[in-house]
Amino acid sequence: MKPVFTRTTGLTDKPFHYCPGCTHGIIHRLIAEVMVEMNILDTTIGVSPVGCTYNNYEYFACDMIQAAHGRAPAVGTAIKRVHPENMVFTYQGDGDLAAIGAAEIVHAAARGEKISTFFVNNAVYGMTSGQMAPTTLIGQVTTTSPFGRRPEFEGYPINVSEMIATLRGAVYVERVAVNDFSHITKAKKAIKKAFRVQQEGLGFSMVEILSTCPTNWGKDPVASLRWMEDAMFKQYPLGIYRGQDLEV
Amino acid sequence: MSNRVLMKGNEVIAEAAVRAGCRHYFGYPITPQTEVMHYMATRMAEVNGTMLQAESEVAAINMVYGAAAAGARVMTTSSSPGISLKQEGISYIAGAELPAVVVNVVRSGPGLGGILPAQGDYFQATKGGGHGDYRNIVLAPASIQELYELTVEAFNLSDRYRMLTMILGDGALGQMMEPVEFRDVEPIENVAKPWALTGRKGRSEHNTVTSIYIEADVMEAFNNKLQAKYAKVTENEIRVECVDCEEPEIILTAFGLVSRICRNVMQLAAKEGIKVGLIRPITLWPFPSQTYAEIAAKPSVKAFLDLELNCGQMVEDVRLAVNGAKPVHFHGRTGGNLPTQHEILEHIRTLAGRNA
Repeated sequence: MKPVFTRTTGLTDKPFHYCPGCTHGIIHRLIAEVMVEMNILDTTIGVSPVGCTYNNYEYFACDMIQAAHGRAPAVGTAIKRVHPENMVFTYQGDGDLAAIGAAEIVHAAARGEKISTFFVNNAVYGMTSGQMAPTTLIGQVTTTSPFGRRPEFEGYPINVSEMIATLRGAVYVERVAVNDFSHITKAKKAIKKAFRVQQEGLGFSMVEILSTCPTNWGKDPVASLRWMEDAMFKQYPLGIYRGQDLEV
Repeated sequence: MSNRVLMKGNEVIAEAAVRAGCRHYFGYPITPQTEVMHYMATRMAEVNGTMLQAESEVAAINMVYGAAAAGARVMTTSSSPGISLKQEGISYIAGAELPAVVVNVVRSGPGLGGILPAQGDYFQATKGGGHGDYRNIVLAPASIQELYELTVEAFNLSDRYRMLTMILGDGALGQMMEPVEFRDVEPIENVAKPWALTGRKGRSEHNTVTSIYIEADVMEAFNNKLQAKYAKVTENEIRVECVDCEEPEIILTAFGLVSRICRNVMQLAAKEGIKVGLIRPITLWPFPSQTYAEIAAKPSVKAFLDLELNCGQMVEDVRLAVNGAKPVHFHGRTGGNLPTQHEILEHIRTLAGRNA
């Protein structure tokens, strides 16, 4: 029988530990497939975050390092400076990147570090059980915003892609989603483009990927995808924020 | 051409690191050590290395973590408040068993404190500083020449044991100038780093660097492994200088620059017929406990006098080592003040019973 789908060699054989309906697995697969398709698995070094995917170094088949909460862009910066011929990516969630690591991502982008950041935004802290994130929507109920996020008390969500796109060192910034087949295809293209930008030595590249957290959203997997489309797309419009005309 | 030059301590740290093969330096400005960065900014360019000014001490130590994991000889330098910020990263470096060199040009504290020399970071340097059961090798130079030699040695020790080595200086050591004689060739140990992140480049398995172990038995086994390594370092790497310790009445003990004041006092005391010895730990961790115990056992020794630029930190280790065999007294100054020779001599006269 002819196999119609095989696990990419960009991933190890270790089964994912993620909750049902979580989209980390899809995003892992896309990054891994791109590494294989671009033939960079042997030269890539990835940086894992703190959060649900702290141990994605066990899943990606390239060399990997686990970083302290929010510090992946600093760790990635140094690895790239030591091995400028290698490809370096960071994989970070919204608590990691937009809260505790806000300084590191801004400065890595401003310096134009030739690394690629994959920023997974699910509007909530996952691992620590559903606290409010910088990206939590207005009105969104979390374990630390039980009355819904109130702008006058908890402030407003941070639109990271729009913010990073203001920095000259950031050459390519795009927001994508992994809610359906066509968006997943676009997300993969964006991931590939980010790696290409790095390969060409053009500067910093970031792909923000809207993701789900059924467990902490209190929704089933299908309802989670619908909520992403109905609520998150409004606050976080998809599209290219930097590098619209970039051909790589 | 002579290799003997007059140089400032902070510049010597930078030059020594470059000579030791360090090609990656990450820092953030803070007085009184910023000259290290200034020197590195031009020197690294000459040797095709990297001096990167980070956005914070936190970023700088995480850059050290990344570069060390990538297999590079790497250093950061800072001063007390900056070193506090680096403690999380230092703990990660210990947890991931990475070799790196961190220099603390200590200023006075707590808080923002002052920029004058002090030794108030002894506890932080030797007892952990960051979270978890870990150790750093801690070296305490007492001259610019020794600062040079120990900086080079720090890189060798770090690579040999996959540990962080900290150089604990102070604001005076960083700022003052002394002659330093550079070697023609540095004794660089080339240690293979098969664990380093280089990209797989044909390796069948990927390398991973981490410090998280979720399962209790795995975490405990790792901690036991670290402790076994620390025991080996304690067995092999203790450095201590003993001066006139054959048959002394009073033993002075101090680390870093304070030991040099002690040497002058010893001469003054000798003129008064008081035999004074000096124990100067060069490694603050591992601590030369055995040396203290042996000298404490000598019948001639009446008392120990520990001198520090703090309110009494190393003296706790001295007391543990002496273990009640002889009284251990303490004399400390803080805020950037130094003990005068007269102050110390007065204390010695009292301990020796010559105060009449």
